[in-house]
Amino acid sequence: MTRYLPVIVTAAVFALGYAVCALQFPAFLSTRVIADLLTDNAFLGILAVGMTFVIISGGIDLSVGSVVGFTTVFLALAIGTWNIPPLLAFMLVLLVATLFGATMGALIQGFEMPPFIVTLAGMFLARGASFLLSTESIPVTAPLYGAISDFALRLPGGGRLSVVGLIMLAVFLAGGILLHLTRFGTNVYALGGNRVSTGLMGISVGRHTVAIYALSSFLAGLSGIVFSLYTSSGYSLSAVGVELDTIAAVVIGGTLLTGGYGFMAGTFLGVLMQGLIQTYINFDGTLSSWWTKIVTGVLLFAFIAFQQATLALARRSVRGTAAKGTTP
Amino acid sequence: MSLTLPRKGLPQISAFIIVLLINFAVSPQFFDLRLQDGRLFGSLIDVFNRGAPVALLSLGMVLVVATRGIDLSVGAVMAISGALAATLADTQPLPVVLLAALGAGLLCGLWNGILVAVLRIQPIVATLILMVAGRGVAQLITEGRIVTFTSPGLAWFGGGSILGLPVPVVLTASVLAVAALVVRGSALGLLIEATGANARASALAGIETRMTTIAVYVWSGFCASLAGIVAAADILGADANNAGLWLELDAILAVVIAGSSLLGGRFSLALAVLGALIIQAMNTGILLAGFRPEFNLVVKAVVVLVVLLAQSPRLSGLGVLLARRSA
Repeated sequence: MTRYLPVIVTAAVFALGYAVCALQFPAFLSTRVIADLLTDNAFLGILAVGMTFVIISGGIDLSVGSVVGFTTVFLALAIGTWNIPPLLAFMLVLLVATLFGATMGALIQGFEMPPFIVTLAGMFLARGASFLLSTESIPVTAPLYGAISDFALRLPGGGRLSVVGLIMLAVFLAGGILLHLTRFGTNVYALGGNRVSTGLMGISVGRHTVAIYALSSFLAGLSGIVFSLYTSSGYSLSAVGVELDTIAAVVIGGTLLTGGYGFMAGTFLGVLMQGLIQTYINFDGTLSSWWTKIVTGVLLFAFIAFQQATLALARRSVRGTAAKGTTP
Repeated sequence: MSLTLPRKGLPQISAFIIVLLINFAVSPQFFDLRLQDGRLFGSLIDVFNRGAPVALLSLGMVLVVATRGIDLSVGAVMAISGALAATLADTQPLPVVLLAALGAGLLCGLWNGILVAVLRIQPIVATLILMVAGRGVAQLITEGRIVTFTSPGLAWFGGGSILGLPVPVVLTASVLAVAALVVRGSALGLLIEATGANARASALAGIETRMTTIAVYVWSGFCASLAGIVAAADILGADANNAGLWLELDAILAVVIAGSSLLGGRFSLALAVLGALIIQAMNTGILLAGFRPEFNLVVKAVVVLVVLLAQSPRLSGLGVLLARRSA
């Protein structure tokens, strides 16, 4: 039960927040708002899935926002200027992103450099590369884009669950299975718990580190595709600062930034929570957009403080029952 | 008292000179200086002047990094201080404006320090909170607009001059001198390094690691607010959205170039300033060479990687191995 406490708290806070919103604006209960919540936060959600893996493994990936920016510019140029079929362009950009992440993972592992600084360099590199491709905002007019944005799953009550929303749900599902039900996922937890003992257990630390960062960048590329579908354009300045929103969503979802602990469902709630704040501010109309940042910051603080408190409590109770020798 | 040249400054100093020489090669007027209205002008002065905000930030950052921490919030703190200074500049006397801006920086630093030292939150996360929320606070102060001011007193901090040198340069140099005097002239530097090298052992040895940690974050907040004042004074206004954006990364880069280990335990104030100047000299060089400013980010990324690779324990081990084999 205590294992799930952070996720339960996040869920409770989300339910409470949603109830407050719904009391003030009854429209919040319509499927239209719910479907839009999923569509508008699809790219953030996909990034957060990758970030959950990275953070649980004890690392951090600051490059994801830049990879999204790079992907949108690359797709706009590939489809509009170089006349590459959209699906082929998608595959190409996913390949580039995955290789990019794998390289960062290899640098982190091979040269024992802190993930923070390596992915910081990756962030500069990917953003710089997208600036070099183009600094203009390029519209994408491929027929596929129109077809995808026209298609939606109709929900009772007028909601339209768009393709990008569906992609996010699928990614969350796949990410949850990979993290919680496969050997790879268990090894990710082990890495976050203790790298040295993971290595001593016979798990290839290097291969897993490379795979985790490759996965994160692959999902960042996918998120870039979703962002490109969502905005039908490519712009090198898109998704600036999104890496922080992503980390915030993962932390609000109850994942421990020291690694070794977290749930995919928590991340999902964390993403929805950020979407909820934004939607509330849109509904209210009098509040300015910067309140999003302030409320996110306050939430971030509240959840981190809560984590620290539960950790301290757990440690105290362990000390109390030290004879049993159990760790939280 | 090792106030003078740091022990290992040679690579940084030669890198700075090389970058300056490259700049001279692409633009022959690079070293030209002229005196106009009692103030020196020229590309070289520009490097120092434009580099001042990042140099101030890195002066704060270098001590935080020395305690094995990191301060991601400096850009947001810059935005808050700049916003406060610009908003108050035309209605309040100058001392009040400065006190408000610097006080805000000190408070932000104190908040970060308490989160890290008392609540024991990892520095990246603790300062991330202010990085996210701080920019929102700055926008709240300016109400989302770009606030401009005309107060000549505040403007002096960006465009004024002392003995022919721009005020930001003099300000940075004096902050460096005072910091070096205080930190290296007393045991404080040693205590900071000890805290970074091994906090537990230092605490057992009787060092107030908690106070030391809080103090370095307060110092970083102070430096960031100074940088915010300079940046606001420079453009006679405050843009909460863009002031100090990405500058936390430049400050970290400057500290890394200075050879401070991100794992704490050693630092050099002078080299951190030099690191900031190297970054600025590269920026200026890229512009002078006629390249698009977009190249900046790519060049920075490559520099980070090269410097990190050079510092990597694995790689230096490899070098020793190769040297042994060839011997």
